[in-house]
Amino acid sequence: MLKDVTIGQYYPTGSVIHKLDPRTKILFTTAFVVMLFFLNNLWGYLATFVILVTITLLSKIPVGYIIRGIKGLVLIIMLTVVLNLFMTPGTTVATVGPLTVTLEGLKVATYMALRLIFLVIGTSIMTLTTSPIDLTDGMEWCMRFVPFVRRYAHELAMMMSIALRFIPTLMEETERIMKAQKARGANFETGNIISRAKNLIPILIPLFISAFRRADELATAMEARCYRGGENRTRMKQLTFEFRDGTSLVLMVMMIVGLYLTTMIQIPLIFPV
Amino acid sequence: MIMESKNRMIDVRDVYFTYPHNNENESVVALDGVSLHIEKGEFVGIIGHNGSGKSTLSKLLNAIIFPTQGDVIVSGLNTKDHENLWTIRQTAGMVFQNPDNQLVATIVEEDVAFGPENLGVPPQEIRERVDRALAVVEMQAYAHQKPHQLSGGQKQRIAIAGILAMEPECIIFDEPTAMLDPSGRREVMETIKRLNRDKDMTVIHITHFMEEIVAADRIIVLDKGKVVMEGEPRTIFRQVKRLKEIGLDVPQMTELAYELRIEGLKIADDVLSIEEMVNALCQ
Ligand SMILES: Nc1ncnc2c1ncn2[C@@H]1O[C@H](COP(=O)(O)OP(=O)(O)OP(=O)(O)O)[C@@H](O)[C@H]1O
Ligand SMILES: [Mg+2]
Repeated sequence: MLKDVTIGQYYPTGSVIHKLDPRTKILFTTAFVVMLFFLNNLWGYLATFVILVTITLLSKIPVGYIIRGIKGLVLIIMLTVVLNLFMTPGTTVATVGPLTVTLEGLKVATYMALRLIFLVIGTSIMTLTTSPIDLTDGMEWCMRFVPFVRRYAHELAMMMSIALRFIPTLMEETERIMKAQKARGANFETGNIISRAKNLIPILIPLFISAFRRADELATAMEARCYRGGENRTRMKQLTFEFRDGTSLVLMVMMIVGLYLTTMIQIPLIFPV
Repeated sequence: MIMESKNRMIDVRDVYFTYPHNNENESVVALDGVSLHIEKGEFVGIIGHNGSGKSTLSKLLNAIIFPTQGDVIVSGLNTKDHENLWTIRQTAGMVFQNPDNQLVATIVEEDVAFGPENLGVPPQEIRERVDRALAVVEMQAYAHQKPHQLSGGQKQRIAIAGILAMEPECIIFDEPTAMLDPSGRREVMETIKRLNRDKDMTVIHITHFMEEIVAADRIIVLDKGKVVMEGEPRTIFRQVKRLKEIGLDVPQMTELAYELRIEGLKIADDVLSIEEMVNALCQ
């Protein structure tokens, strides 16, 4: 059950996309996500779709694997769609009981859904093609340019990598505790939401206690290995910005500009502008 | 005197250590006037009942905690002097009980690199150290794996490699085999023994498994925060009754010899291994 989560996982295939410098990928993904919220017509989303398909093909990651990443978010997407569908005032196109669907609602809901789906796909392509180490190293580098965050760049990156290191360990532990509680007759599958939530308490409490103990021991072990923050620290692997990063950066800038230009298209696609 | 201090790895001089408060909010005297010394290249076993102060002692040795009273000298440096802190932690490495809670990175070789990275070693040299350390623990093939996919014994060997990459003179093992299955325990013990024999590493091995230290140079027995016995394994383990009084086991064969002697069989009281037992019985 817990093993289905694909967000934040690394899927090595050795493709060009994998070989890119993590900083290149982070910069592009950030620009891409920001751009998604500027798009104001379906041409833009069509272009985004083409870009994502191209990158996915280049990355050699099975499409099914990427789609699986969206599955976990179906509920959130549905919720946004439904809310936007019924809550947006405008010209009525249909009525369902007391609720009315407006043309504007239809439009906003479609855009929101596409935005969320593309956002998830875009970011999961980044995490699927970048090893956690590269990702945190890249983020550490990028954070150096963000005011306020700059001072904590190393600490944040370290926190992130420790979190990534311990997610599998804690998941295994959760499953072990669940099995142990089931063996004692606990029931996690039936009952209403409240009783299910209550049943989670005997899992969460031992999990938290153990997580704190782990954190304490890890901190001691890190100190024993001379950890003293980011100052004067060196890295075994240095990030290297290569020729292919230069070329892809140029391509990426072109894509982002292209996406921006779609916002100026006046010809309607399906929805009237 | 000068000769002696030159070969001295660790010197613990009349050390007291008190934890200010435990779960019941009382202060706990964990070490109660401990003096001991470890020479370079020695393999010293430390045993003692739960709560006898073994882990406390080990943490004092690499300056994670500091004596309430007394001095701990590591390679001639007092742990009390703050400027010695990082040199001491680098000189006296430490491997802990739970293999999961001491690996920091998501990839094996990155984890081994963690220590030297903290020390500010140049990247090229870190690479060399990491490769060398992984070779010593025979884990080169796993350099790119994720730690959570390894067995307990393998994780523990990675933890050892992580310490080796810092190039210490001495490694303190605090029950490194306690959470492992028999095969993992064997792997780890072989690695530790090899380090001491071939690499001349000073080893301090804390354990509850007496078989692991029958070949040690010396054994130190702690009880209620005090050193109560000290000597060669043979001299220590022949005192079966005394060890049992402080809640400790002896190696299986020593125990068997002890029982046989009680039954009236004439057999030496310092049998440590199966081999010695066979010899003693066939005489
Ligand atoms: N962080 C702490 N706070 C308060 N008391 C502590 C702490 N750690 C240990 N103690 C107490 O100090 C005493 C010595 O503990 P220590 O962990 O050194 O024993 P140990 O010989 O390593 O035991 P074990 O074999 O169980 O590992 C015990 O009475 C213990 O309860
Ligand atoms: Mg202990």
